[in-house]
Amino acid sequence: MARLPDRLLRWGLTGLAAGILALIAFFFIRLYVEAKPAFDRFGVIGFVFDNNWDVSASQYGAWALVVGTLITSAIALVIGVPIAVATALYIAELAPRRLRGVLTVMIELLAAVPSVVYGLWGVFFLIPKLRGAEVWVGHTLSFVPFIGLPDDQKTIPGPNYFIAGLILAIMILPLVSAISREVIATVPKENKEAALALGATRWEMIRMTVLPYSRAGIAGASMLGLGRAIGETIAVTLVIGNAPVIGENIWSQGYTLAAVIANEFNEAASVPIHRAALIAAGLVLFVLTLLVNVVARYFVVRAERGGAPKVAPGMSGG
Amino acid sequence: MSAPAQAPRLLPPISRRRLVTDKVMRAIVLASIVVALVPLVLTIYYVTKRGISTIDWDFFTTDPTGRSCISENKALCPPAGGVKSAILGTLTMVALATAIAVPIGIGVALYLVEFGKATWFAKFVRYFVDVLTGVPSVVFGLFVYIVLVVTQVGGDSFAGWKGSIALALLMLPIVARAAEVVLNLVPESLREAALALGAQRWRVVFRIVLPTALPGLITGSLLAVARAAGETAPLLFTAAVAFGSTANLGERMNSLPVQIFNDIQNPQARIVDRAWASALTIIVLVLLISLLARLISRRSRLA
Repeated sequence: MARLPDRLLRWGLTGLAAGILALIAFFFIRLYVEAKPAFDRFGVIGFVFDNNWDVSASQYGAWALVVGTLITSAIALVIGVPIAVATALYIAELAPRRLRGVLTVMIELLAAVPSVVYGLWGVFFLIPKLRGAEVWVGHTLSFVPFIGLPDDQKTIPGPNYFIAGLILAIMILPLVSAISREVIATVPKENKEAALALGATRWEMIRMTVLPYSRAGIAGASMLGLGRAIGETIAVTLVIGNAPVIGENIWSQGYTLAAVIANEFNEAASVPIHRAALIAAGLVLFVLTLLVNVVARYFVVRAERGGAPKVAPGMSGG
Repeated sequence: MSAPAQAPRLLPPISRRRLVTDKVMRAIVLASIVVALVPLVLTIYYVTKRGISTIDWDFFTTDPTGRSCISENKALCPPAGGVKSAILGTLTMVALATAIAVPIGIGVALYLVEFGKATWFAKFVRYFVDVLTGVPSVVFGLFVYIVLVVTQVGGDSFAGWKGSIALALLMLPIVARAAEVVLNLVPESLREAALALGAQRWRVVFRIVLPTALPGLITGSLLAVARAAGETAPLLFTAAVAFGSTANLGERMNSLPVQIFNDIQNPQARIVDRAWASALTIIVLVLLISLLARLISRRSRLA
């Protein structure tokens, strides 16, 4: 029979673990209670899908913010995921052995730069340097919806969806790259060697064995990146323009759920309905990231379980 | 190793087209990693270039002033001040957050690895710790604002310790996840040997498992510290705004990220200069912590 200290430790730690669950439940309930005035006034559907965020008129429909969040995250994924997967492939399959460690650390350093520093760099470096290039791309691709600019529009606002998406792409890159690399590492050596033995080139080996095997995991990694992009606050607040409208194209100013919270928080502290609306925006953000993460976990876990038979824990040490 | 029953489907003979595709795709992949590293290099280069000129002794020893200055002539303006209070605030708040998050995080990981294992409850907890890592930091700030700031717990509304709690919530899942991975690496044979010698479970945990995993636990915790030190959003609603230096966690506290966030939005060039210098300070701080974490993990005997 277990002795007293053993039981204390076991139940103490179990209590701690249960505390985490209680905390999350409490978290959710408190956010909901505080956001309720906004939901009561505008309705849950009205709050999320009405496009009228107007502080002076006390109207809070967050659709423009939701759309802004989705547009910037989508831009981040389109730019960030291919590069992240390519870095993972290079480090895992192609890089000379000596370079692997260095490159891994350098990609991880991208994640060590604080969000506010990317914001600072975005405002004073990216925005002025890229403006001309953005206009050029807009005119060159004028036939593409949401990207093309009308010929008579010669200038665009400095802060816009694209800049925010670009900074988000940089910020999600290390996360997507690291998880993709883990997933790629589970591809059985036998598969890869078999492909090479059949005379495949390196790229054919990657295309025929590595990519099909790790597809689900890479999808999961991208979803985790999406979750990160949706919730990123400070850098986006600085470069999105903070205009609660839905822009015509990706070169327009906008707003995101996270940015509106950070930006309007001070003025809202004394206006109950404004505060409730911001907390409701936080709740929508919370639910959105939860959903994205749940789907992402499903893919990543399935991908990693599908890997080579696990070595027993006792044999992996030493 | 027996011969295959039938001949495998062979690839077409090595052709020029296949070789070229291989070369091109490898070049694209190589180019991608260069592209990925460009922002890192550019950010660090510009932050250093713009920040280094503002850094002097006064930068670290004076508090920021809230004063504005309309004059174009810099000499006529009162000094903008340094970031002493911000550095002090960041250090104290992160220290308290670490003191809260690390023991709890490691405790949860210990439960999962040593006791919970594959029970439904442990799976449930593991899942929700995972979910917590995905919660945006701004939501943690909002939560602490609702629970502790609005209700004026402990007298004042905003306070340093409330900022610490927001940071601790953010660090907790990171510490727990990292600790679980490391604890899982402790060889089962070590535990079994100790148990076979008649050691009690709690002694095994404290004398065998934790010391073996120590370097890894420190690394995981330091990475969480590095993450927390650079966070702005959770502190915006819980500890800010303040200019003066204080080590009293019961008062409002300044912090480097919040100081940078406010300075960026200031129209005065000299205040923006202070933002660059503060950015350099926080980057150096975070990189040092990350570097330390790596050095410690190198010394680990596990995996």
